[in-house]
Amino acid sequence: MSATRLLIFGGIALIVTGMLFGDIFAVFVLHQNGGRTGETLLAAARAAADRDAAGVRNAFASVDALLEDRGTKIDTHVHMTDAGYLALLLALVQPYVALPSRRKKRLAQAFLAGSVMLPVGIFLIHYVGLAYSPFAVIGWASVLADAGGAVLIVALAGEIWGFWKYIRGQAVRSDAEVAQHGSWAERVLLSGGTVLVLLGFLYGAWYAAFDLYPQEDAEVRILNTLAEQANANNAAGISVAINDYGGLGAAKAVSIAAHSHIIEFGMLALLLSFVQPYVFLSEAWKRRWVILFLAGSVLLPVCVLLELKLGLLAGGIADAGGLLVVIALIGMLAGIFRYTGRADALRTA
Amino acid sequence: MNGSGKLLVLGGAVLAAFGMLYGLHYALLVEHQTLDRMGNSLAQTFVSVANQNPKQAHTAIKTYGATRYDYVRQVDAHSHWGGLAMLMIVLGIVFDKLAFTENFRRGLAAALLTGSTLFPAAVLLQTADRTAMLGSVLAVLGSALVMVALAGVAWGFLREPA
Repeated sequence: MSATRLLIFGGIALIVTGMLFGDIFAVFVLHQNGGRTGETLLAAARAAADRDAAGVRNAFASVDALLEDRGTKIDTHVHMTDAGYLALLLALVQPYVALPSRRKKRLAQAFLAGSVMLPVGIFLIHYVGLAYSPFAVIGWASVLADAGGAVLIVALAGEIWGFWKYIRGQAVRSDAEVAQHGSWAERVLLSGGTVLVLLGFLYGAWYAAFDLYPQEDAEVRILNTLAEQANANNAAGISVAINDYGGLGAAKAVSIAAHSHIIEFGMLALLLSFVQPYVFLSEAWKRRWVILFLAGSVLLPVCVLLELKLGLLAGGIADAGGLLVVIALIGMLAGIFRYTGRADALRTA
Repeated sequence: MNGSGKLLVLGGAVLAAFGMLYGLHYALLVEHQTLDRMGNSLAQTFVSVANQNPKQAHTAIKTYGATRYDYVRQVDAHSHWGGLAMLMIVLGIVFDKLAFTENFRRGLAAALLTGSTLFPAAVLLQTADRTAMLGSVLAVLGSALVMVALAGVAWGFLREPA
């Protein structure tokens, strides 16, 4: 398998795995974790109201664990899918990397190895902790994740070196260019992806301008209120402040998730438009996967935004949108799997 | 690949590598300590309330707010550098399909690259001095540059080639 196909296959596999992990995380961990964090904060505030400093410390010991659990799962999802995007990107620039094909394949293998090490290491941070670690705050799982990041940087530096040689005029001997035929699937993915990215940028700018600073001020204000209510031993006031804090956390989470997901799906659509020549399926099936992909790409971020107003119904539809994207990607992956060896056979014939 | 495309691909790759190096440095030397500081200041708030010291509680909340402000922007800078770098590389590959002159394409590529470098750097600058407006102004300029250039790219894709 050439470096290009290795990166395309590995890239889509990483994205599918990262998205499946994200869907599972959203359904089985995210909401439950958020609820438990609220309960723990409530316990800390009640302990403070009872003048029980040890109770506060106990409550926060479990908050730290909950936040770490949540944070590492989000990071696993993000880093795995992003590494997949980068792998697809590298597949596209292979025709412009002036290195011997064997070295390009090694670089691709190293990149994919780093792409697995990094998210797996991040996922394990919460479970491995500081066990057997010689460091004060960094555990072995963090070391694995950081080593994965370092491997990615080295592989990327190798690709940049090859591209630099191409720019300096060195000919590329291996890997035919990824030819674009301007098919319906390619054009729809290209234009649909650009629109999704632009929408995501506009929403991000709107969020930064009108929501980010007020939300940051609101968080400090709510915490101050919570401390005052705990100091006054007002149980009802504590509950109201905790509810406000939970509501604010949810508002921040859905805004950021909608912004990042619509841009990432847009980028993925752009990338998938380039790999369509490698999807060895009939035009009708290619169209079906493209429509399914774009439908899911719109459904997920829009319904994530609607979660605050419509609750679990919108959350369920958003999860279904994510599943549509995953199914479409698996469909395309099957097409790429069918392609295996065809290009090499044609080239050597 | 034309000159403007090469500029975007090479610039994007360098930006991606830089974003990763920043992420690696941040994860190794800053993130754990920042998260610890956030957790500790939040816990300190309620311990202070339990010890009937509301003034210290408010100081702890202030520390939490300031630490979180920095944390959000440091993570944002890392993720935006990486994301924008990928966009640069993708667009660089198809930049010769834009129905503009090469000079105009070069201008668009330079604007995309400048905005993509400037915007996350300006977000990071906001953590250096929260009261100074320079970081915010540069962030608005950088993001506007990217969006206007991207709108130009979309227009170029839509136009019929001459």
